[in-house]
Amino acid sequence: MTTTVAAVSGETGTPYTLSHLDALESEAVHIFREVAGEFERPVILFSGGKDSIVMLHLALKAFAPAAVPFSLLHVDTGHNFPEVLEYRDRTVARHGLRLHVASVQDYIDRGVLRERPDGTRNPLQTVPLTERIQAEKFDAVFGGGRRDEEKARAKERVFSLRDEFSQWDPRRQRPELWNLYNGRHAPGEHVRVFPLSNWTELDVWQYIAREGIDLPEIYFAHEREVFQRAGMWLTAGEWGGPKDGETVEKRLVRYRTVGDMSCTGAVDSDATTLDAVITEIAASRLTERGATRADDKMSEAAMEDRKREGYF
Amino acid sequence: MSTITAEELSATTLLRFATAGSVDDGKSTLVGRLLHDSKSVLTDQLEAVERVSASRGQEGPDLALLTDGLRAEREQGITIDVAYRYFATTRRRFILADTPGHVQYTRNMVTGASTAELTVILVDARNGVVEQTRRHAAIAALLRVPHVVLAVNKMDLVAYEEQVFARIAEEFTAYASELGVPEITAIPISALVGDNVVEPSANMDWYGGPTVLEHLETVPVSHDLAHCHARLPVQYVIRPQTAEHPDYRGYAGQIAAGTFRVGDSVTVLPSGRTTKVTGIDLLGKPVDSAHTPQSVTLLLADDIDISRGDLLVPSKDAPATTQDIEATVCHVADQPLTVGHRVLLKHGTRTVKAIVKDIPSRLTLDDLSLHPHPGQLVANDIGRVKVRTAEALPVDSYADSRRTGSFILIDPADGTTLTAGMVGESFASPEPVKDEAEDDGWDF
Repeated sequence: MTTTVAAVSGETGTPYTLSHLDALESEAVHIFREVAGEFERPVILFSGGKDSIVMLHLALKAFAPAAVPFSLLHVDTGHNFPEVLEYRDRTVARHGLRLHVASVQDYIDRGVLRERPDGTRNPLQTVPLTERIQAEKFDAVFGGGRRDEEKARAKERVFSLRDEFSQWDPRRQRPELWNLYNGRHAPGEHVRVFPLSNWTELDVWQYIAREGIDLPEIYFAHEREVFQRAGMWLTAGEWGGPKDGETVEKRLVRYRTVGDMSCTGAVDSDATTLDAVITEIAASRLTERGATRADDKMSEAAMEDRKREGYF
Repeated sequence: MSTITAEELSATTLLRFATAGSVDDGKSTLVGRLLHDSKSVLTDQLEAVERVSASRGQEGPDLALLTDGLRAEREQGITIDVAYRYFATTRRRFILADTPGHVQYTRNMVTGASTAELTVILVDARNGVVEQTRRHAAIAALLRVPHVVLAVNKMDLVAYEEQVFARIAEEFTAYASELGVPEITAIPISALVGDNVVEPSANMDWYGGPTVLEHLETVPVSHDLAHCHARLPVQYVIRPQTAEHPDYRGYAGQIAAGTFRVGDSVTVLPSGRTTKVTGIDLLGKPVDSAHTPQSVTLLLADDIDISRGDLLVPSKDAPATTQDIEATVCHVADQPLTVGHRVLLKHGTRTVKAIVKDIPSRLTLDDLSLHPHPGQLVANDIGRVKVRTAEALPVDSYADSRRTGSFILIDPADGTTLTAGMVGESFASPEPVKDEAEDDGWDF
């Protein structure tokens, strides 16, 4: 990808004012370095989605010219977009990183987790994720979560302490003052760290354009076989769609988020370039998750409930 | 329908601000109005609010539902914790720390104000300046938030009378100026009707100033470097030890204040060793100079012992190091802070053991009176504290640097963040400051 969009970083009032992207970048880098300085075994959650791709890009810049001092962890739902898995493996190889994979399918095959009637596997990620964190003794886990995504996430700290069961208690969060992040934790506990807390979807896209970051192809408009369920275009596949009465058709679509195929919807789009994607997002009247995530619509507090259990 | 078009995306500065106001002052309505009228509420969010409002039998959409994210908040209809909101106009991006107004959540206002460059304080035009208003002004002054906006709300309920607004603005400005708040802007609004929030009011011809949004869009956010001492807390030492970079040794950190230039003589604190800056890497790119709040890596002439926790400063402008710190603090934990308490103190990137030697006074925010030697501070208390640290720290006065003049106290047993600390004098009093507990002035 080349950067041709009007996402100018240098336009500022005085020479000492940072552009908003530079300010967000500097803050995120500070967060990565704090974790590198204070924790023993940090890991970056990496799904091959745009937020985790931006996180990795920031980590690469934060420690340049040295290597990123963290490994990656992918929670594999078993319902992946092939382009995204290919991107994941290519990226890991290119930067000489170590990748851990926690597999939902393994848990289902072993009978530890049960397939849900609706076929959605996003909520099933919590157990493989938290067990892998415990098994590997990860003490800091970077997530790409942004506070603009969802109202429970708007309450999330940058450093979020999780107990030995990986649970989040929103009423017992540590106040976060200045940029003095408190990562103290007991053995068995860990801290979730969100370097993109203050970024919006548009910030992420503008940053991708400015930095010329490569993305999986599914983020750009392409022809795809989809069918409609609950107002969303889902990709037909071995995970269980379409069902009776749902018809497959070929449409020009792209994805705004990358998640489990069973609950991540595509949007109609002809945006084939970064410029076109940014124009489309700036004009959209729907939030990213509202447009394309079925799992957040399960109840008013779906995200809060999953986060309490250990979801990221 | 779009908020921003691609051509308008060049407006790229960022303003962090916080709101403060009591439950009934209409803070949620103001925040909802700002988000709604700046077209920052997207269709699916508004639909969700409309759906829940309707299911509760409310007539219109309850905009407070946009900002109350937790189950308990929605159930109780109150805001418990700070939430962060994001919106943008063609002129600027905003991060709003939406803080609860209850007295018992003073700590949350402190949290929100600690990173804010501006605070909006709401008052009800019918009630004028009340104790809660003074409390909010005092916290903004203590935290040294550079800009304060007084939003006199519910002007529609006082017949849009200029006299009402003028009296409140005058009383507040006198009070806040005495506390040392550097810049105060008073704006008459009706958050419910939408007067002077985003759109100028047709009901108040006598008001010639900006709307709330216009002011947020134009208030300066640049860092006044002329008065800043350069400071770099070392976060991490970068040593690739690769064939390509066998000898690279860089000191990474976010510049807390001021500017560093290649060629500067710098001193490492607390050791006191001196060397020269031979290079500055700005996230992989070499630059001649860098300033706050950039995250950088400094390369130095001499291979001296420097590690995480050290502070790099210009040799000609080094702060004194001390093991005895006197500060104004806000206690943010449920367990009290007592004299003799053994704690950890995090300052910049350094965490050291410390002991609470004395709590000379506690402040009553309502009237700024002092209670000498309270013995302990409980949640939401603000007071003066003397702390002895196990190692000498290079602390600045909070008045000079919000970053290197602040610290947190941590409970070593369970890691709880106990207390937020600001080194040095508390309020920027225009009077000479005396350090006597009996003094009933602004120093305490």
